[in-house]
Amino acid sequence: MNDAKPAPAAPTTPAAPLRKLHFHVLRHDPRDPQSIPHTEVFEIEEAAGMTLFIALNEIREQHDASLAFDFVCRAGICGSCGMVINGRPGLACRTLTKDLPADITLAPLPAFELIADLSVNTGKWMRAMSERLEGWLHMKDPDPDLRRLEQKMDPELADRIYELDRCIECGCCVAACGTARMRKDFVGAVGLNRVARFRLDPRDARTDDDYYDVIGDDDGVFGCMSLLACHDVCPKDLPLATQIAFMRRKMAGMAWK
Amino acid sequence: MKVIYTDVLVIGGGLAGLRIAIGARRRGHDAIVLSLVPPKRSHSAAAQGGMQASLGNVAKGQGDNEDVHFEDTVKGSDWGADQQVVRMFVNTAPKAVRELAAWGVPWSRVRQGDREVIINGQKVTITERTEAHGLVAQRDFGGTKKWRTCYVSDGTGHAMLFAVGDQAIASGVPVHERKEALALIHDGTRCYGAVVRDLITGELTAYVAKATAIATGGAGRVYRVTTNAVICEGIGAALALETGVASLGNMEAVQFHPTGIFPAGILVTEGCRGDGGLLRDAAGHRFMPDYEPEKKELASRDVVSRRMEEHIRKGNGAKSRFGEHLWLDITLLGRAHIEHNLREVKEICHYFLGVDPAKEWIPVRPAQHYTMGGVRTDHTGQSPALRGLFAAGEAACWDMHGFNRLGGNSVAETVVAGMIVGEFIADFIESPKGDLDIPTSLIREAVAAERAKLDALLTGGGSERADAIKVEMQQVMTDRVGIFRTGADLEEAVHRLQALLLRSRQIGLRTHSDGPNPELVTAYRTQKMLKVALCIATGALARTESRGAHFREDFPRRDDAQWLQRTLASWKDPSDALPCLAYEPLDVMSMELPPGWRGYGAKDYVDHPDTPRRASELEQLRARLDGADRHQVQTEIMPYEHLLPESFRGRNERIDERLP
Repeated sequence: MNDAKPAPAAPTTPAAPLRKLHFHVLRHDPRDPQSIPHTEVFEIEEAAGMTLFIALNEIREQHDASLAFDFVCRAGICGSCGMVINGRPGLACRTLTKDLPADITLAPLPAFELIADLSVNTGKWMRAMSERLEGWLHMKDPDPDLRRLEQKMDPELADRIYELDRCIECGCCVAACGTARMRKDFVGAVGLNRVARFRLDPRDARTDDDYYDVIGDDDGVFGCMSLLACHDVCPKDLPLATQIAFMRRKMAGMAWK
Repeated sequence: MKVIYTDVLVIGGGLAGLRIAIGARRRGHDAIVLSLVPPKRSHSAAAQGGMQASLGNVAKGQGDNEDVHFEDTVKGSDWGADQQVVRMFVNTAPKAVRELAAWGVPWSRVRQGDREVIINGQKVTITERTEAHGLVAQRDFGGTKKWRTCYVSDGTGHAMLFAVGDQAIASGVPVHERKEALALIHDGTRCYGAVVRDLITGELTAYVAKATAIATGGAGRVYRVTTNAVICEGIGAALALETGVASLGNMEAVQFHPTGIFPAGILVTEGCRGDGGLLRDAAGHRFMPDYEPEKKELASRDVVSRRMEEHIRKGNGAKSRFGEHLWLDITLLGRAHIEHNLREVKEICHYFLGVDPAKEWIPVRPAQHYTMGGVRTDHTGQSPALRGLFAAGEAACWDMHGFNRLGGNSVAETVVAGMIVGEFIADFIESPKGDLDIPTSLIREAVAAERAKLDALLTGGGSERADAIKVEMQQVMTDRVGIFRTGADLEEAVHRLQALLLRSRQIGLRTHSDGPNPELVTAYRTQKMLKVALCIATGALARTESRGAHFREDFPRRDDAQWLQRTLASWKDPSDALPCLAYEPLDVMSMELPPGWRGYGAKDYVDHPDTPRRASELEQLRARLDGADRHQVQTEIMPYEHLLPESFRGRNERIDERLP
């Protein structure tokens, strides 16, 4: 085990052809009464391994220091940098320019309040959604003795909960959602997935009656038109289609009662 | 002028900050959290591999307890840590995991029966106990004697942050998002809150609070190559520094993580090596056993990172167009394991490198990762210099990591410190010391001072470019204040950083909007970051020894006789171009574990004169207490439990250590 053949391919070595990239960026500052939404074009030279994080920072340095956009982790795990990339919502930080044509159109995620340019207020939306859905674990025992052994949980179940807990609230599913465009209080796939996650969790004290109260209407699971773009664009590949279908069946069952 | 009053102002919406706010709310106080970004996007989410807590549920964790965790942590710190604080931490960590389990964190759980794991490159079968089935599982991490790192696949920080973020919402903690503290409001002895800028509108607001807590994370972005998120710019440390009163502890103690992917510096977790991954050189040779026969890939991070750079210097690095690197090989773990327990790693490799880590090796090189130093506080989290100012988590130095932090101890520290400091803050504001008695002139002047600084940047007509200065600073830090340090390099670094600091006072902007203006943000942050960078570089220059992550090629030995001291950096006057350094000695005679060899890394060090005396004293004490249980022995040697908030005292139950 101590010696092995070098890795099959050294991934950082192949030379990518250098292109001139043209970024068509939607610009607007809603707080500036003079501002009119418009597209501005920036040209930069492509570099090996270039992501949209690198490209946008380069545009800011070389062309326009006022260009607004959001990045935090730049590693695809925090969900800050959702934007519409050539018509499709996605995480900019982990999108490589080599996978895109030389003309790249960038727009802010729709459905969220615009801060400026590519920056939108997903945080405000997510907090409001979370408050409406009471999107936190309602503890059966709110004051456990922390000195004692933790409660046991079936290992498979813990894994299944984590599968749904992987959502990073990037907002791509909301931006891609037809219902969210028509109903401003629609909780979106992010909200429905969240409820599904707590419903699966035996530590949560709520029953289907309680969940029906928060998602049993057109702003909840019955608002979904099953277009399922949410499922297609989710950067974490969450099983959104299955979860929404499942929740709808459960909630429809409650409605018949 | 807009003023918002509250009981507790928490600056920073990561795990430490949110947990403080929840603690204050539970005690019946109001708390407001300020956050640059939506709190669930904080850098806490990036902690992948796990959190250390001595639950001892898995077979390879049997026999683990607070004593073993304590010893690992102190050795990891290279004896720089405050041992009483380490004791407080290791006793609270199991409670923190259990609290988080109750709050909904889907911890990975133990499965009874046989399972195959990779240890030291070999397949080994481990049999998990029936009675452990369904309890929280642990994995192996560097610098630990037992498998102690509790985890949620490799998304531990994410799962923790969402659970704690959810409970903050449940507790009704308001989080004021996209708000940035620019300065603390204080009168030289008491902190009263902060002047805060709205990053959307540019409006300044004074937040006045009985207690102010800095929980802003680390300062990784003063370096060019770092695993840290772009918001980890050391601004919280700078806020404290700029009071001229509070000090920063051990800023020269900077950790470099062995496995940043090359060249982007994005982290892949230590869990890769904990789960059996190997480091290989250009020839495919597994080199770590040559250097570290005891712990191999799982020595502490400072040691592994140094060995990797040493191996590259000897000409064994793999060459690429971006420079040299080494390989992390996790192919031997198998696809099923990677897709189950290392899925973020798989995603990162796929998206950023185009690599399938189940088949190919991952190019890695050490990258800046963690700031052991921070706002100096006592064991309650309060600044000894500025009453009412608290700090917790990576932003603080209370000081549990000393000169090197163990993997899995940081995300553990965030919640543990949040729990402990949250209680002490509540105690503080319930006591007469917490009474607020602030002249409104102080508030007005503080806001006016910040307004004037912003106006100078926006309209002062300065000629220097903020982004250029920032990039130069990052380059100087990466080139000269990195893993291997020398007096000459550090002198040059201090010299250049000073010049950059002076230039940063002449920054002018091309964009003059006071609203969402990223150039303005870069400008005022760069001015602050340079002060933090100077604390790191001057501290490193002054410290003529090697300890933990601070390695001086010209002074390669740890020197307890001279340097068993904590560096305290302060910035006396805003017009100064250098911090003032002072030192606080560590008392060997009160240590539970006197300095010695860490069990990995260099065996060569200079003893403190008290060390043999304390060692023989402890030997006699242990002989006298022969037969007493471990808790009694510990209490005799170094009592600490009285330092903890009452609600977090008490022993921790384990399968093998049942509570009555």
